[in-house]
Amino acid sequence: MTVDRIIFLVPAALILGSAVMVVITRKLIHAALWLVAALFGVAILYAILQASFLAVVQVVVYIGAIAILFIFAVMLTRREMLDKGAQTRSNWWLPALLGLLILVGLVFLIIGQPAFGQPAAALPAGLDALRSLGTALVSPDAFVLPFEVASVLLLAALVGAVYIATGNKE
Amino acid sequence: MQTNWLYIGIFLVIGIIVPIVPLLFSRLVAPRKPNPIKQSTYECGIETVGDSWVQFKAQYYIYALIFLVFDVETVFLFPWALSLKQFPLFVVLEGILFISILVTGLVFAWRRGMLEWA
Amino acid sequence: MPFLNDPVNFISGWMRSLLFGWGLPSGLVTVIIYFIGITVLVMFAMVLDIFLVWVERKVVARFQDRLGPNRIGPFGLIQPFADIIKLVIKEDITPTGADKLLFNLGPVLAIASVIILWAILPISSKIFGVDLNVAVLYLVAAGALGTLSIIVGGWASNNKYALLGAFRMVANMVSYEIPMVVVLLIPTILANSMSVQDITQAQSGMWFAVLSPLALLIFLISAIAELGRSPFDLNEAESEIVAGFHIEYTGMKFGLFYAGELLHAFTFGGFIAVLFFGGYGGFFGLEKLGIFSWLNNSFVQAVVFLAKAMFGYWVIMWIKYSMPRIRIDHMLTFNWKFLTPLSLVVLVNTAVLSKVLSGLPGWGYVLGMFLSNLIIGYITVEILRAYGRKQRKTEANPSPQRLQN
Repeated sequence: MTVDRIIFLVPAALILGSAVMVVITRKLIHAALWLVAALFGVAILYAILQASFLAVVQVVVYIGAIAILFIFAVMLTRREMLDKGAQTRSNWWLPALLGLLILVGLVFLIIGQPAFGQPAAALPAGLDALRSLGTALVSPDAFVLPFEVASVLLLAALVGAVYIATGNKE
Repeated sequence: MQTNWLYIGIFLVIGIIVPIVPLLFSRLVAPRKPNPIKQSTYECGIETVGDSWVQFKAQYYIYALIFLVFDVETVFLFPWALSLKQFPLFVVLEGILFISILVTGLVFAWRRGMLEWA
Repeated sequence: MPFLNDPVNFISGWMRSLLFGWGLPSGLVTVIIYFIGITVLVMFAMVLDIFLVWVERKVVARFQDRLGPNRIGPFGLIQPFADIIKLVIKEDITPTGADKLLFNLGPVLAIASVIILWAILPISSKIFGVDLNVAVLYLVAAGALGTLSIIVGGWASNNKYALLGAFRMVANMVSYEIPMVVVLLIPTILANSMSVQDITQAQSGMWFAVLSPLALLIFLISAIAELGRSPFDLNEAESEIVAGFHIEYTGMKFGLFYAGELLHAFTFGGFIAVLFFGGYGGFFGLEKLGIFSWLNNSFVQAVVFLAKAMFGYWVIMWIKYSMPRIRIDHMLTFNWKFLTPLSLVVLVNTAVLSKVLSGLPGWGYVLGMFLSNLIIGYITVEILRAYGRKQRKTEANPSPQRLQN
C-alpha cells in the first residue's frame, strides 16, 4: 500500500460513495448534491494525473454549469419539497442481475489489459500539456476539424434546446 | 506540478476548517432557547401563507441552458488563445469561425425570444 | 539579505533543514511546510477581512456625507471586533423544516470558495501560494463553488423568499460568468499564458488596462455582478425580498456570508489589479534603472499589490454606493444582448490585432490596441443611441393598429 495507491484510493472512494448515495438517498436535492461530490472527485483524479486544465474545466463546466442545471431541473419539476413514494420497484432483482453481469464483464476486460497493474507511464520531461493541447486543437494536421465540428455540435444543442422550449411557433 | 495541486488540496481543507471554527465557538458560547415562534419561517412579520414552495420561473432554466452552451464554448477557446503566438494568422481565422458559429446560435435564441424575461 | 529578497523560500528552506534534521520523511516535511504556509496566508486573509469591514463602513459613511464608526477605539478601528463578538454570542436559530446539514453547509462553502482564491493571488514575485499554470480558469472554478453555496443556502432555509433570492442570484451570477470568462481570454492572449505570474510579468512594458480598456470595463461590470453587490444585489434587495437568500441565517452564519462577500470583493479587486493594472510590478521599466532597483524587493512589491487591490476594492465600493439597483429583467437583458456580444467583439479584435500588429515597435502596438478599443467603444455608443432614438420614436407615435385594441 504505497502512498500513490492511497492518493488514488481516497478520491476513488469519494466518487464511488457519492455515486451510491446519489441513487440511494431519499431527497432529490440531496441526490443532486451527491452528484456534485462525485464530479468533484473526478476533478481530484484529473489533478492527481497532472491534467490541470481538465481538472479546472471539470469544475467550471460540470459543477458550475451542468450540476446547476440539474438542480434547477429538480426545483422546476417537483411539486413539493418532500419526496414521498417507494424507493424501489417490485422487480428490482432483474436490473440488479444485469448490473452485476456487466460489472463482472467489465472487470474481466480491464484485468485482461496488458497495462493493468503497471504504474502510470512518466510524462516526457519538459512537456507543457497546456500548450500541446492548444497546438493540437488548431494545427491543420491535428484536431482543427473536430474543433470546428464541436462548435457546430454546440450550435445544434442550443438550437434544439431553444426549439423544444418555444415549441413550434414561427 | 503535483506539489501545486497538493498545496491547493490542503488550501481547500483549511478553507473549509476556517469558517467552521467560529461556528463551533458560537455553538459553545451562544444561548440556545428554541421555541416554535422563533423558529417559524420569516414572511415579513406575519404568519406564513401556503407552502414554502414557489413556482419556479421556467425562464431561469432557459438562461442556465444558454449559459451552459456558451460556457463550453469559452472553455474551448482557452487552448486556442494559448496557441496564437506560435502560429500564423490562419489560427485567428479558425477561432473567428468557431466564435461566429456560436454567435449565430445566440442570434437565433434572441430572435426566438428566448432572452426575454416574460 | 536573502530574507528580504526571498522571504518565503528562505523560511521554508530553513524549516525544511530543521525537519529533515529531526528525521522526518520528505513527503511529510513538504506537507507540514505547506500546512504552516497556508495557515499564515489564510490568517492574513482573515485579518484583512476584519479590517475590510472597518474600511467598508468608513467609506460608505464618507460617500453618504457622514462620519461612520468613530466611538470604539481610535477612528472606530475596534468596531469590527465588537461586531464579531456580537455575532458570536447571538443565538443561532434554525427554522423549522430547514435541512440541517445543508443549512450549515451554505456559509461554510461561501467562505471556502473565497479563501481558495488566495492560493493563486500573486502578492509579490516571490510571495505567492502556487504558480498554477491554469490560474485564470481557477478563478472561474472558485466562482462556480460560490454559486453552489448560494443555491444550497437558499434552498436549505425552507423559506420562499430565500429561494426566490437564491434563484435570482444564481441566474445573475451564471449569466455574467460568460462575459467574464470571455474577457479573461484577453489577458491570456496578450500575455500568452494563463498563469497570473506570467500575466503580471508581461505587463512590465505596458499595463493591459491601456492595451484593452474595454476589457477592463467589462471585467469590472461582470465582477460586480458575480459578487452580488449593488447595482446587481438582487439577492439582498432590502426593500423587495428583505434579505434574500440569507434571510434565515442568524448570528455567526450571517457574519460569515457578509465577511465572505467583502473578502470576495477585495480578492476581485486584487485580480483586477493583477490582470489589468500590472499587479505587484508594472512600473513601465522604471525598476531597471539603478536608483529604482528597490522596486524589485518582495516586500515593496507586496505593498504595491495590496495598494492596487485596495484601489480596485474602492472602485467597487464607489459603484455600489452611487448607483440604484437594476431590475432583474434589465440586468439579464443587459448581459445577454449587450455585454456578451460586446465581449466577443473585443476578443476577436484583440486576437486579430495581436497578430497583425506584432511586427510594429512597442508604441505602435500600444497605440493600435488602444485606438481599436476606442473605435469599438464609439461604434457601440452610436448603435445604442440609434436604438434609443428608435425606441423613443415608437413610444411617442404609437402606430394606428396598436390603438385599436
